[in-house]
Amino acid sequence: MTSVLRLFSGKWGRRIVIGTPYLWLGVFFLLPFLMTLKIAFSTSIVGIPPIGPISTITDDGALQITLHLENWSYLFQDPMYVLAYGRSLLTALITTVLCLFIGYPMAYRIARATPGARPLLLMLVIMPFWTSFLIRVYAWMGILKDNGLLNNLLLTLGVIHQPLILMNTQIAVYIVMAYAYLPFMLLPLYTTLEKMDLSLLEAAQDLGGRPFISFLLVTLPLSLPGIIAGSLLVFIPAVGEFLIPTLVGSPGHQLIASVIFDEFFSNRDWPTASAVATAVVLFLLLPIILLVWLRNRNDSKLLATGQ
Amino acid sequence: MIASKQAMALTAFLIAGFAFLYLPIVTLVVYSFNASPMVTIWTGVSTKWYGVLAHDEEILRAAGLSIEVGLISATGATVIGTLAGYALSRFRRFHGRSLLMGMAMAPLLMPEIVSGIALLLMFVGSEQIFDWPHGRGIITICAAHVTFCSAFVAIVIQSRLSGFDRSLEEAALDLGAMPATVFGLVTLPLILPGIVAAWLLAFSLSIDDVVISEFTSGPTSTTLPLVIFSRVHLGVSPEVNALATIIIAIVLTATALLTFVRLRRRSDA
Repeated sequence: MTSVLRLFSGKWGRRIVIGTPYLWLGVFFLLPFLMTLKIAFSTSIVGIPPIGPISTITDDGALQITLHLENWSYLFQDPMYVLAYGRSLLTALITTVLCLFIGYPMAYRIARATPGARPLLLMLVIMPFWTSFLIRVYAWMGILKDNGLLNNLLLTLGVIHQPLILMNTQIAVYIVMAYAYLPFMLLPLYTTLEKMDLSLLEAAQDLGGRPFISFLLVTLPLSLPGIIAGSLLVFIPAVGEFLIPTLVGSPGHQLIASVIFDEFFSNRDWPTASAVATAVVLFLLLPIILLVWLRNRNDSKLLATGQ
Repeated sequence: MIASKQAMALTAFLIAGFAFLYLPIVTLVVYSFNASPMVTIWTGVSTKWYGVLAHDEEILRAAGLSIEVGLISATGATVIGTLAGYALSRFRRFHGRSLLMGMAMAPLLMPEIVSGIALLLMFVGSEQIFDWPHGRGIITICAAHVTFCSAFVAIVIQSRLSGFDRSLEEAALDLGAMPATVFGLVTLPLILPGIVAAWLLAFSLSIDDVVISEFTSGPTSTTLPLVIFSRVHLGVSPEVNALATIIIAIVLTATALLTFVRLRRRSDA
């Protein structure tokens, strides 16, 4: 027993603790991406798997590596890819704005609730999030259909006289995306609003600031870290969202994830699918780097003020 | 603190927000008891869709596989993620620390479709070179799930370890305990609630995953979300409402129980 403990306590213990996740993530996370990158430079062939080699051994025994760049040139020549990427960015942006407008007042109200009520209200926000994502998207299909609940309700109330076409439109995508991503926005907003020093607001009011002006000049700037964190947490995954556009979106209005999916499964063009996927990751890295940079800056700011 | 008229407006907004969050789920549950095969036309209360569900071989088999995959993946991800979280928060300097941090955090931000394709390409490549794995099935699904779930576990464990009084570990070391003993007797019990929470999170992520499973499963290994996805892709189907209601009931009961236990423990302390 002690000898086992000694083994795990020494250099080997440290090696095992660091090495195990390193090895696992290296094999199942890093390696797959390197393979994707490699395949993005190969050619599409008819076969199983449908990819040509990028390296060949020539007759005199030399290793010859050919990088095929045509997959990459498609991405810029065929407007479909640029359009789909642009649509994805726009959809993610609209989703982020919707989440901000719905999430901010909710987070604000929860942060100003009595301390005893806050955990319960937060729990109520998180609970739907625990139930299956797929099922929550599916629930919206029943609401948004032509003869669905929303149309039935509006027709019964006499608001409309013929059903609205919502299902398989971008409107449906925005509604369901805002619904599904709301907690990602609400939680960071709540955290910053709850930590806020309320005496600053009192000071603003004592100095004659009207509530709206003090909100604009005090609360809003102080909650900026939460707004930025929440926006990135919504925006980044929303760009690559696959399920929602597939189930409630318009087939003629493809977003980037379904382009990758079709390229891969329907066209069986693995190299082009790999190139599009790699390009998406490269574009997404920019906001991620921004997020890490902002977080580091905030951390050092906190250290500087001694908190 | 806030003027009463505004407080009322905000409260109304909060209630509307909760309605937005809960109405879809409530309608799903209500319509699972609808007698009509037309999902949105109400013709009377019936539990017949639950009966249909109980005899649906495909769904039952898929549910069994999903639970199996969830148990294996959550356990694997908890081990890998806990080790990664521990290494990142306790070992300040080692070669490749930032690479490990990047690899542990990246799956959180990577579009699932990209991770799915990358894993499939790797499995296909490894089959060509090492003659393994033979096709895709539970092994490849679990390997994929362990990988993306361990990122979430690492985050939970890291935050748990950073908000923890290190002087307890130092005291044990000063008293002559070996690092492994300190981990087993001091660190592990203190982060155990975090580990349990991380396991549950990993389990729920695994059992809910569609996109990565789509790429890493084979024709004979269909998980429950994949069956639901392929059925609802064609339109709304009433027995899926019944299935969804059962899933919601399980999740809400488990969440309510966990919250109750946690709140009670907090009030005891």
